[in-house]
Amino acid sequence: MSPTSAIAIKGGHLIDPGTGIDAPKDILLKDGRVAEVAAPGKLKQAAGAQILDAKGLVVAPGLIDIHVHLREPGQGYKETIATGTAAAAAGGFTAVAAMPNTIPVNDSPEITRWMQSPERGASVRVFPIGAATRGSKGETLNDFAALKAAGCVAVTDDGHPILKDSVMRDTLAAASRVGLSVIQHAEDTRMTVGASMNVGPVAFRLGLRGMPVEAESGLVERDIRLVQDLRSDKVHLHVAHTSTSKAIEAVRQARRNGLRVTCEVAPHHFLLTDEHVGHYDTHCKMNPPLRSAADRDAMLEAIMDGVVDAIATDHAPHASHEKEVEFERAPNGITGLETALGLCLAWLHREAKMPLGRVLSLLSAQPAAVLGLRGRGTLAVGSFADVIVFDPNVEWVYRAAEGKSKSRNTPFDGWTMLGKVRWTVSEGRVVYGN
Amino acid sequence: MTAVRRKSNTPPVSASPFPYNPGSLLSVNDLSLDELNHILERATALEKQDPLTRDRILIKRRVALLFYEASTRTRTSFELAAKALGADTALVSNLSSSIEKGESLKDTGLNLRALGAEAIILRHSLSGGAWLLEESTRLPVLNAGDGMHEHPTQALLDLRTILAHLVPNSGKSVGKKVGPIAGPETLAGVTVTITGDILHSRVARSNMLLLPRLGAQVLLCGPKELLPEIAVAETPGVRIERDFEAALSRSRVAMMLRIQAERLAGLQLDLDEYKAGYQLTGERLARLAPKAVVMHPGPIIRGLEITGGVADGPQSAILEQVTHGLAIRMAVIERALGAGRTEKRV
Repeated sequence: MSPTSAIAIKGGHLIDPGTGIDAPKDILLKDGRVAEVAAPGKLKQAAGAQILDAKGLVVAPGLIDIHVHLREPGQGYKETIATGTAAAAAGGFTAVAAMPNTIPVNDSPEITRWMQSPERGASVRVFPIGAATRGSKGETLNDFAALKAAGCVAVTDDGHPILKDSVMRDTLAAASRVGLSVIQHAEDTRMTVGASMNVGPVAFRLGLRGMPVEAESGLVERDIRLVQDLRSDKVHLHVAHTSTSKAIEAVRQARRNGLRVTCEVAPHHFLLTDEHVGHYDTHCKMNPPLRSAADRDAMLEAIMDGVVDAIATDHAPHASHEKEVEFERAPNGITGLETALGLCLAWLHREAKMPLGRVLSLLSAQPAAVLGLRGRGTLAVGSFADVIVFDPNVEWVYRAAEGKSKSRNTPFDGWTMLGKVRWTVSEGRVVYGN
Repeated sequence: MTAVRRKSNTPPVSASPFPYNPGSLLSVNDLSLDELNHILERATALEKQDPLTRDRILIKRRVALLFYEASTRTRTSFELAAKALGADTALVSNLSSSIEKGESLKDTGLNLRALGAEAIILRHSLSGGAWLLEESTRLPVLNAGDGMHEHPTQALLDLRTILAHLVPNSGKSVGKKVGPIAGPETLAGVTVTITGDILHSRVARSNMLLLPRLGAQVLLCGPKELLPEIAVAETPGVRIERDFEAALSRSRVAMMLRIQAERLAGLQLDLDEYKAGYQLTGERLARLAPKAVVMHPGPIIRGLEITGGVADGPQSAILEQVTHGLAIRMAVIERALGAGRTEKRV
């Protein structure tokens, strides 16, 4: 990504949770970095810069999604790095962290570098997440130092959670030695054999086997015990897509005990319940599954009261033919990059009255902090020129068919979104304009 | 920091578009009481009709039977029912078709439609199969059992069997007025116990949705592994009674279910213990429910959930159920193809 000429974004209202600015400001981007932030009309170095007129709009750090599946290498029919990052840009994201469950699994520096190569045509910054174990088989640890040197920002076996205590302990210890976070998709898969949705009355009524909440919370509790046993403040456990009240409580308690445990929640888990599965809607099939209303409400409360560190989408594109099958046969996952901001503004900001700055923080500064992405998620001078300009008041209807992602598997098709992205600037380049 | 508690303003669950086709029968919940009565009336009328005029009703109409699971009663019954009305039937089973080559349910359905099928009768091993097929083809789909989910025609034939035994005069003229066959009070005071592998049973699910709508009290009985507490979390008129003998002593109908070994998914069960607790024996029946009607959707496993003596005994309605099935299936096939309608359905 080569930086272009300077861009001056003028007349907007700047909200930067990183520096605490919430005021009318102009901002100058130069050489891929934030060069200057000044009172309206007071930029000193803006001569010759391209002007973006942000009058009436909000200017904020580019959003960061620390949980996406870009499907490359190996499954380009679902998504490519180019289409996935185009969807990211359209959704206001300027950086995404890509899960390693590609084909082959990203367990090597070669694949990590391949994903970041300019030939992939990425619109926004891609941070690969490396597999914790060889082939994500949960047995042999990968070379974390080499993965980090190649560009990985964390390790995980994602959909193949590490069940063996010894392997998870070694993973946490080894990752901490090289300064990487360990992300766990918390699911005790021994408790979810054959299950395709949340356990409960809805699953019983639909004749589907259910995943108990303990399959999630039990593994989170186990992982926290391992973090505690390691007695090192360098160990960082990040719980992916938390979906149950019990798991949130475990994270909350770990935090009280001074452990470095963070967690993310996906929009669908604070918005939808297992009732939305309706009559076997495979666009409501994901893992972790949509939970009970009580768990859904608990996710919302945990976001409101600050236990949740980040909103992450778990963007998981699948081709339509893969989802147009029997519910139990359909793959897990929904897309999320193009709906996250609109849903968060509609339901966290407008409905739940969360201040705009906090919503943006959950989507930028805080996820950057979780993965230690320096110079991201803030508009402080010198940081990367990752910026979004959006109208916070526009309502619009999301149409999956008009999206940038290659796939259409979303339960939010036809939903009303709040807040429309006008421009997305990634490292000084306008990568999306509307 | 104060948590903002929000109990309202969450996204609503949108109304179901199913069934797309008014001739479909996916769930017993698709049927209003009017439609239910219509089916029961037509079942009786068709059963009585001269076979030589009956087979003009759907003459040369095309009905496909799509079976992804082994079946004796349901398949034969649907096939004979369609043929009794004069329809042409084509049977496609997963073991002798392109399904084995990996053809999807959607594509199989579209191809049957292209071959002229006007309705599809589907038995599927996975829950929700009938919904997928209906959405894909928009044809009338008759759910002949989907996974662990529903088996609506079984519930209808069970209802017809129960009515024949317990309310023989329902729907018959009383003075000048002809009452409905099935109303909200028709089975008031009747307790039906369903015993056995409730968890894996589509028959149980359809019956527990249907029978309480006619006023019946449904008791579910079985060990925790086969009957989780959540089974009754959202079903009014249905309760759990784990003590089989206590349930039996209150029952006018004892419906027994087979343990579905093919769906146990690793669950270990002590069969001797199960038999001691839940087997319907001649001794238990004579002592606790000497007047109850004994039912079973089949296949029965003699000596496991029911003794051979009970199955063959005077209280058994098991084979009557099979016969009622033929009449019910004639009525729902006729309904699927829009024939034989005496009044506009609501």
